[in-house]
Amino acid sequence: MSPEPPFSEEHEALRESIRRFVLAELRPHATEWEAARWFPDEVFAKFAAHGFLGLKYEERYGGQGGDFLHEAILVEELAHCGSGGLAAGVGAHTNIATPPIAKFGTEDQKQRYLAPAIAGEKIGALAITEPDAGSDVAGLKSHARRVDGGWVVNGSKMFITNGVRAHFWVTAVKTTSEGGHHGLSFLILDRQEGVSASPIKKLGWHASDTALMAFDDAFVPEQNLLGRENEGFYLIMANFQWERLVMALGAVGAMQVAYDKTVAYAKQRNAFGKPLTGHQALRHKLADIATTVHVSRVVTYDALRRFVHGGDAVKEVTMAKLATQRACFDVMDTCLQLHGGAGYMEEYEIERMARDARLGPIGGGTDEIMREILSKVLAL
Amino acid sequence: MATAENDVLKPDFGASRKHFIFTDEHEQLRESIRSFAQKELAPHAEEWEETTFPDSVFTRMGELGFLGLDKAEALGGQGGDYYTSLVLAEELVHARSGGLAMGIAVHTDMAMPPIIAFGTEEQKQEWVVPAIKGEKILCLGITEPDAGSDVAGIKTRAIYDAATDEYVINGSKTYITNGHRADVIVLVTKTDPDAGHGGITLFLVPMDAPGVVREQRLKKLGMHSSDTALLAFQDVRVPASAILGEKGKGFYHISWELQGERLIGAAGCVAGAQACFDLTLKYALERQAFGRSIGKFQVIRHKFAEMATKIETARQLTYMTAWRFNNGEYPVREISMAKLHAARISVEVADECIQIHGGAGYMTEYGVERVWRDLRLNRIGAGTDEIMLEVIGRSYGL
Repeated sequence: MSPEPPFSEEHEALRESIRRFVLAELRPHATEWEAARWFPDEVFAKFAAHGFLGLKYEERYGGQGGDFLHEAILVEELAHCGSGGLAAGVGAHTNIATPPIAKFGTEDQKQRYLAPAIAGEKIGALAITEPDAGSDVAGLKSHARRVDGGWVVNGSKMFITNGVRAHFWVTAVKTTSEGGHHGLSFLILDRQEGVSASPIKKLGWHASDTALMAFDDAFVPEQNLLGRENEGFYLIMANFQWERLVMALGAVGAMQVAYDKTVAYAKQRNAFGKPLTGHQALRHKLADIATTVHVSRVVTYDALRRFVHGGDAVKEVTMAKLATQRACFDVMDTCLQLHGGAGYMEEYEIERMARDARLGPIGGGTDEIMREILSKVLAL
Repeated sequence: MATAENDVLKPDFGASRKHFIFTDEHEQLRESIRSFAQKELAPHAEEWEETTFPDSVFTRMGELGFLGLDKAEALGGQGGDYYTSLVLAEELVHARSGGLAMGIAVHTDMAMPPIIAFGTEEQKQEWVVPAIKGEKILCLGITEPDAGSDVAGIKTRAIYDAATDEYVINGSKTYITNGHRADVIVLVTKTDPDAGHGGITLFLVPMDAPGVVREQRLKKLGMHSSDTALLAFQDVRVPASAILGEKGKGFYHISWELQGERLIGAAGCVAGAQACFDLTLKYALERQAFGRSIGKFQVIRHKFAEMATKIETARQLTYMTAWRFNNGEYPVREISMAKLHAARISVEVADECIQIHGGAGYMTEYGVERVWRDLRLNRIGAGTDEIMLEVIGRSYGL
């Protein structure tokens, strides 16, 4: 079978090798890490050993010199690891925290943060959302005050993936007293006494660390301003497209895993003298799921292709994110239902997949925000 | 009542919500259960999610008379009507612990009714009287690892031993609520494997009988405060007098029992959805984004309108069906519809409430995600959605 565009034979070979890694090194530990509500930091080093933390980054920083398509393969394959939180933790590092540094960072910043991040030596997090401002970025309150040699940061951040374990936080702060989108800047904060983080318990993504963070007179040196001062809003927008594509790809991967798992269950589970697939209504549910997975994949690949070719793909990426996140949760919910009582039990892992998928319509911009963006793009 | 003012009839959103099936006594009972749940149960809800709720909840509720609201006074019950058990199911929502409400419902509305309906006087004295006091805890064993919806497919065998006039039971049961704490199980077994539905017999098996093994506590998506057991029965011997009801009639006994239980379940779903709606309404009025309360955005406002409409349809369907049930009808089709609809809309409402909460909805602290996890069981337990659809569909001769 020839690879599905936009992927090539080379991408499919990479897929094989990533899947082997995921099944051998991650999958066996998923349940343990979920229960611990943590996966060990060494996991980053394991990824790095295979070059999987730098697929799309330049070789001079230790990357593989590939592109977003290589990264896309990794995102899809991580669905096989059995833990959305693990995929989220690694994804937050490679696809959310480091891309702004790769794109807007100075050479010095790339050497100090991107290279060690690719090597799995430093773990990164992106910190934008606050307790009182999520979707509404203009409502951010954390602020940086100019001091000799840099800034002093005060404020708090919420729902920060890798927030507890990170070595550095790419953080959005107000650098002027102006309201609205202006006066936002990004600073790279290092671990220090003035930065504290505590884990937050969640519906799903149990293996990932999600933090409530507090900055109390945290110092940031001059050279850690990322991008231009007071133009942080542009930086936020720049990575949104890729982050949303990552979410769409992750959903496609997860749906496929859930479908395969549920078909296997439905074929071997008997009720009323025949396998579940022998019951028309249940069989049709599976047919619907297969259709949803296919539609989601096609829409996502289309957006990915447009994104990679460099055109304006805001509309398609936003649609892909909107279409796949709710679809993924619905698929998981139906798979849970098809498992009956077993679906409600932790042992079968379907409930975990449903809990993990529920973040999709909220994280990376809620479904409602996606519709708002589309309303603007479509000039409604 | 809406009042006419200047000849214009104005909508009265504050009108009493009391449905005609409920009397003032029901409303007083409602108040007293709510107050109990809020004061004595809800403060422990988070803790009990970790530990499961303590047995003392049964004794306390027994003292208060809440475990026998609709049971005969001769058995120590309150002698109330069927609606009193609906009131209990609705108000226990204020304990903010789905697992607790389920543990209680299994005791009062699943395991107890068949003993009262089909048990001998001795059996009632031995199990029901102390159960209403909360001194003994009941559970019900239907589902097995290989047979859930398909009750006729169960494999647990009870074989008669003429020498001792005993039955020897072997098999396993799973997803048994109260399974670890129960003193007795209403156990569904096969006494004649070739007789299909006619070969099923119920037994009252003391949980301390030799050969009853309480295996691991099962971990679940929700209902964390309830204990859910996998049980094994290994050569468990019970006297022939342990049969509940008639030998070979177990399937019909249980089918009857399921009807009352399903309606109680529907009432719990409606109340759960309403509580979640109320909590989220408060949040939507407080939470600001883009310069206003999020509830003031049209899309969010419409979400509330949809939810309220769904809840109201499920409530009316449940109450009207309860009215028919209480009048002595046996409206299996409508009960199945109420159970199906209430379970579905409650999960939809909880999911929408998570969405309205945004990131906070995904976090444990806000309690909404737990409501969804707990309510999600209702589309599976006590007959899945698909089984309800079967029952409804077949009721039309299809």
